[in-house]
Amino acid sequence: MTNRQPQRSFMARLVIRIPYAWLVAFFLVPFLIVLKISLSQTAIAQPPYTPVFDLSAGWQGLRNFFAGLSLDNYAFLGSDPLYFLSYVKSLEIAAFSTLMLLVIGYPMAYAITRTPRRVQAVLVLAVILPFWTSFLIRIYAWMNILQHDGPLNQLLLALAIVREPPTWLSTDTAVYIGIVYSYLPFMVLPLYATLEKLDESLFEAAADLGCPRWKTFWLVTLPLSAPGVLAGALLCFIPIVGEFVIPDLLGGSRTSMIGQTIWTEFFANKDWPTASAVAVVLVCLLVTPIVVFQYQAMRGAERD
Amino acid sequence: MRKLSSFNLAALFVGIAFLYLPIVILVIYSFNASRLVAVWGGWSTQWYSELVDDAPLLKAAFISLRVALIAASAATLLGTLAAVALVRFGRFRGRLLFAAMIYAPLVMPEVITGLSMLLLFVAVSIDRGFWTVVIAHTTMATCFVAVIVQSRLVDFDVSLEEAAMDLGASPLHTFLAVTLPLILPAIAASWMLAFALSLDDLVIASFTTGPGATTLPIRIYSEVRLGVKPEMNAVCSIMIGVVGIAVIAASLLTKLNAARGTPARP
Repeated sequence: MTNRQPQRSFMARLVIRIPYAWLVAFFLVPFLIVLKISLSQTAIAQPPYTPVFDLSAGWQGLRNFFAGLSLDNYAFLGSDPLYFLSYVKSLEIAAFSTLMLLVIGYPMAYAITRTPRRVQAVLVLAVILPFWTSFLIRIYAWMNILQHDGPLNQLLLALAIVREPPTWLSTDTAVYIGIVYSYLPFMVLPLYATLEKLDESLFEAAADLGCPRWKTFWLVTLPLSAPGVLAGALLCFIPIVGEFVIPDLLGGSRTSMIGQTIWTEFFANKDWPTASAVAVVLVCLLVTPIVVFQYQAMRGAERD
Repeated sequence: MRKLSSFNLAALFVGIAFLYLPIVILVIYSFNASRLVAVWGGWSTQWYSELVDDAPLLKAAFISLRVALIAASAATLLGTLAAVALVRFGRFRGRLLFAAMIYAPLVMPEVITGLSMLLLFVAVSIDRGFWTVVIAHTTMATCFVAVIVQSRLVDFDVSLEEAAMDLGASPLHTFLAVTLPLILPAIAASWMLAFALSLDDLVIASFTTGPGATTLPIRIYSEVRLGVKPEMNAVCSIMIGVVGIAVIAASLLTKLNAARGTPARP
């Protein structure tokens, strides 16, 4: 009995410290290394950058460490329009596809909430199921469909909608299709979770007072579902900005999104400092929505 | 009763069709006897039988399974601890940083996670290979596990734990006898999610892998980059089948459990 309190605090400390230490070692520290390397010079060596930090050099080493930092890589990003265009392209594609996801996802989520409970469970499972199958496979499935003599063009030709088979692969259209397809579950689920909680009596009240259905939707449903819209939009927007697989497999060489730029700098050009700088700038771009998301999540957790 | 308008029904139908049609088409084409997509050469299982002889592919699949098994188990352990710490321990020093480190990787672009992991392994000169992929996947999946288990912990009645402790159970005993059984469905679900995430990952694995540790997605990616291949249709169909059966079985199991009187979420 007497030793319970110290035993508990020891256990408690372990429960916190084990995951804490893991995340610091494998999430925070790597990130700081990226930051450091983005501030160092490219070296023609293996690994291709000047050393991170030499602890054995002591005080002198620390001074050298700070003396060695430079903003050259960031200046380089600013000087080459390639990077700027790549960021703009990523943000543009992410913004438009998030909008499309909302337009497609909202009616779906709304419709699911209007079916009987039993059916709802099945429909939610049906929306989640594709999410469990590999991202890569789902994109590959679209490569099948969109290729020049693939099923889509065959259908279009058979229905005489087009005379010449249009090119789909290596276009922005294909990238949009791939993104909307892959991220649809991420949009539908948070929307459904919010819409499902709405109080039915509100709609009845609106109807009793003679409000037409579209107006009820506009004045009651839509504003009340704003948290779900925000959650869904952020859940989609943020990862889409950094997407690599979809634009790489479906897009053309002209559509270089920022994820591809980092990949190329790293694997093809072996310019690790520039790749790191591109990554740091991307994180800075994404931090704002992440903070908003965090805030929402925390508020949601407090409400529950 | 809420009404389902014809517009609602259409949205639902089109949406579900959009989600499933590509997968169905992929599976159908995997049985196409012809190598060309444009030509339907009749039904055949030849692409499946050719897979058996594809040694590098089988090796990659085996590596992926092992990575996923280890990473999912480690992530489930770490993530559950993290969730318990976040929900049950109130405020402690560094909680904000802790919470940030759990939420940030959820939305962090994979390219950046992969890049930073690789730079860490290079900085401490660890040779990249099987275990570096395991570590990277564990880290990524831990955050998903923590969020799922956390939502379950927030939901359930703390008085159950308090009652057990009032009756003289030690905190550890309380956790094992009361808390763990109640959050077990969430833990099982998050293990499955972690497993699927690891099995699925291409980008992080590409950065952190080394010679001799080519995972299945890396293998598939290098095959399909240059175009559609019927063998790959077959591989993908098998993976879809396995995952589909597993998820449906799991959800049926959860339903069965719920029917037996496990407190369901309100």
